[in-house]
Amino acid sequence: MMRRILRQLLYAVGLILAVLVLNFLLIQLAPGDPAQVIAGEMGGASPEVMAAIRQQYGLDKPVLTQLALYLGRALQGDLGMSYFYNRPVVELILSRLGPTLLLVAAALAFAVLAGTRLGLMAAKNPRGIASGVVTVLSLVGYSAPVFWTGLMLVILFGAKIPLFPIAGMIDVVKVGGPLTRALDIAHHLVLPALTLGLVYLAQYSRLTRASMLEVLGADYIRTARAKGVSERQVLGRHAFRNALLPVVTVAGMQFGAIISGAVLVETVFSWPGLGTLAFQAILARDYPTVLGILFFSTLIVIIANLLTDFVSRLLDPRLAGGR
Amino acid sequence: MRPIAVLTRRALLAGAAALTALTLAPAVHAEEPQRGGTLVIASVQKPRHLNAAVQSGIATGVPAAQIFATLLRYGEDFQPQPYLAESWEFSPDNKVLTLKLVQGATFHDGKPITSEDVAWSLDVAKKNHPFSTMLAPVEAFEAPDPQTVVIRMSAPHPPILLVLSSALTPILPKHVLDDGQDIKSNPKNNLPIGSGPFKVTAFEPGQHIILERYDGFFLKGRPYLDRIVIRQYQDSNSGVLALESGEAQMFPLLDSTRLIRRLEKSGKMSVTDKGYAAIGPINWLAFNTKQPDLADVRVRQAIAHAIDRNFVTKALHAGLSKPAVEPVVQESPFFSEDVARYDFDLDKAKALLTAAGYGEGGKKLSLRIDYLPDADEQQRAVAEYVKAALAKAGVEISVRASPDFPTWAQRISSYDFDLTMDQVFNWGDPVIGVNRTYLCSNIRQGIIWSNTQQYCNEGVDKLMTEAATEPDQAKRKDLYGQAFKQITADIPIHFINEVPYHTVYTQAVQNPPVSIWGPMGPMDDVWLKQ
Repeated sequence: MMRRILRQLLYAVGLILAVLVLNFLLIQLAPGDPAQVIAGEMGGASPEVMAAIRQQYGLDKPVLTQLALYLGRALQGDLGMSYFYNRPVVELILSRLGPTLLLVAAALAFAVLAGTRLGLMAAKNPRGIASGVVTVLSLVGYSAPVFWTGLMLVILFGAKIPLFPIAGMIDVVKVGGPLTRALDIAHHLVLPALTLGLVYLAQYSRLTRASMLEVLGADYIRTARAKGVSERQVLGRHAFRNALLPVVTVAGMQFGAIISGAVLVETVFSWPGLGTLAFQAILARDYPTVLGILFFSTLIVIIANLLTDFVSRLLDPRLAGGR
Repeated sequence: MRPIAVLTRRALLAGAAALTALTLAPAVHAEEPQRGGTLVIASVQKPRHLNAAVQSGIATGVPAAQIFATLLRYGEDFQPQPYLAESWEFSPDNKVLTLKLVQGATFHDGKPITSEDVAWSLDVAKKNHPFSTMLAPVEAFEAPDPQTVVIRMSAPHPPILLVLSSALTPILPKHVLDDGQDIKSNPKNNLPIGSGPFKVTAFEPGQHIILERYDGFFLKGRPYLDRIVIRQYQDSNSGVLALESGEAQMFPLLDSTRLIRRLEKSGKMSVTDKGYAAIGPINWLAFNTKQPDLADVRVRQAIAHAIDRNFVTKALHAGLSKPAVEPVVQESPFFSEDVARYDFDLDKAKALLTAAGYGEGGKKLSLRIDYLPDADEQQRAVAEYVKAALAKAGVEISVRASPDFPTWAQRISSYDFDLTMDQVFNWGDPVIGVNRTYLCSNIRQGIIWSNTQQYCNEGVDKLMTEAATEPDQAKRKDLYGQAFKQITADIPIHFINEVPYHTVYTQAVQNPPVSIWGPMGPMDDVWLKQ
């Protein structure tokens, strides 16, 4: 067990290093540099100012020197200063990490809970109307691009039926205690979480349906029914728990994909998370911030994978002993 | 689009005192400014930090004009008004400017604003502000006594008064910022202690800036608002939705004519195009004059004649943008009637091309056009129109998109272009925002918004240099007029239209910012009708 964890940690460090080096080199390929962006923001600048900016951020040094300097500092836990926002990258990222995790967690919770529920409904009666509706809905939800769903929800709930706020995470004008604030954030969270969750909801409902149908045909289900266990118990306790395993595995594996989905959703809803920050940082050629975000998201994905492993073991004791 | 309404309100305000004596009083009473309230401003700009002495641009300029006072301010004309300086005068040779500061002005930490602070702030701007020409002739900023500031210049520098106004030279607290750190990267620039009507209490990049009323502001009774929140939106669409849903009350610098027309039609919003005279934003078509085909002035003139500005302003911009014909906008005090305008004339365009050896029986002319990304209506749409329009003159144009700003800036500043659409601001005075595009000395590879056309005419340089130091306004205007006439004849740039910046605001907002600096001016007189 210990060896396994150690091996995974080593693997994680290697992965993070590879991600940093690869992305550092990739971003150098993009035309233009931060000095030009900063000059653009200023409405033009003199050559002296441009040279000063390049010198200030070490952009006048060779690329490999820049990379070595960056990695050296990163290993000491210093991710550098944002070129664009002029503050430490770690500070910028930490202020955005919370909103992203909140959004991803809410979307995932919604997708898993509602998805499995729908899948269960569909599996109970595979040829019924409910099953057909679920299949069609999931197909639509899965194939619609996430930004399109987002924009449609914005038009529907932002403009036509103004029930939910369509941008940002808090209403800065509103004053009140922690409860008012929490409710305000929850109110702002509805549309983005729904948008992000819908795509995965489709997947989970299909997965649950398929996996339930498979499990329901198993011998032990017939046995359970034969000995007179109520249908509710059969579905909920015997079948569902076993059918859940693939869902958990997929949910864990998809964590990374959900974070990249969050970039689009955050951009549509101006959600102040890592996604919007990453988007702005790429446009501004703000290398330290981009690399810092990649560093953190790699970390999150690795942690999510470890957690998935753990939860799978809880659900299926057979996994703990094996391998 | 409602200048008259604004003027009436101004006039009423002025007459309010006299009218209160009459029985009409209750009717007029509504125009008495009310204290309090929060104004939420929608913005798509993303400021890096809030110290406008070392960072130019609109993004920093709008909040900085609220946080910092300047020596002078401007109304709706280009006439300076007292602000932190209550009076000022030039020496007879126009090389020394002496300003007297108001009594009792304090920074947001309560410390008095002295001439030491002013001299230091101006020096910081001279050394660090990206617009290096704006204070270039200044030799010394002196503070002979706490209320007096003396600016000594090597030559008369007529733009100096405009330079001392909002958006360009904020007055900073020396006792806070003169701490030995590099002022450009000083972390205190994120939440600076200011000298203006509002103090900044929060700045979350990409989200919002919160500005609270400064009770100790030196203009008594001002500002009227308790709070200004500048909320950043991803794009104009979401900003406008916020306005419609009541989340925001004002959206300055909106240039999407489709959205402006929609808001105008809703009847719930007021719309004005006032407030952008000093910014002077022009949308233009630039030529790479070193490109072999475009080196021939007749080819450039032909292209200009093939483009119908009216189509751009009326069809593409819903009648909301004004045609541009020369290096400055129509509202500029230096606007000149006597320039080469290149009105739409397809026959003339074809004749010029034939004369230059192209067209029927001659060479085929194929060129490429670039445009600034993220400004579809002003840039991409016009570039595509140029392609269609020039096809009628027998010129083949291919449109090249840039995925983002740095890509475009890299291409243009390394002269990897034939034609490009571009947007450039006047910044109030030709010395700041106009000369840079035309002077031979400003052909600098790698610098965007320098003379990337690589145009050089020594006669133009001489006129512009002379105009820069001419203290007499009429003579100065005449010199620029001559320069603009020559520039338009040489046509390194074909001017298309003025960017239709508008300020949209709800009915509750009174005295919207319509000075020459608009939202980049102090909003101490803006108030909300309850």
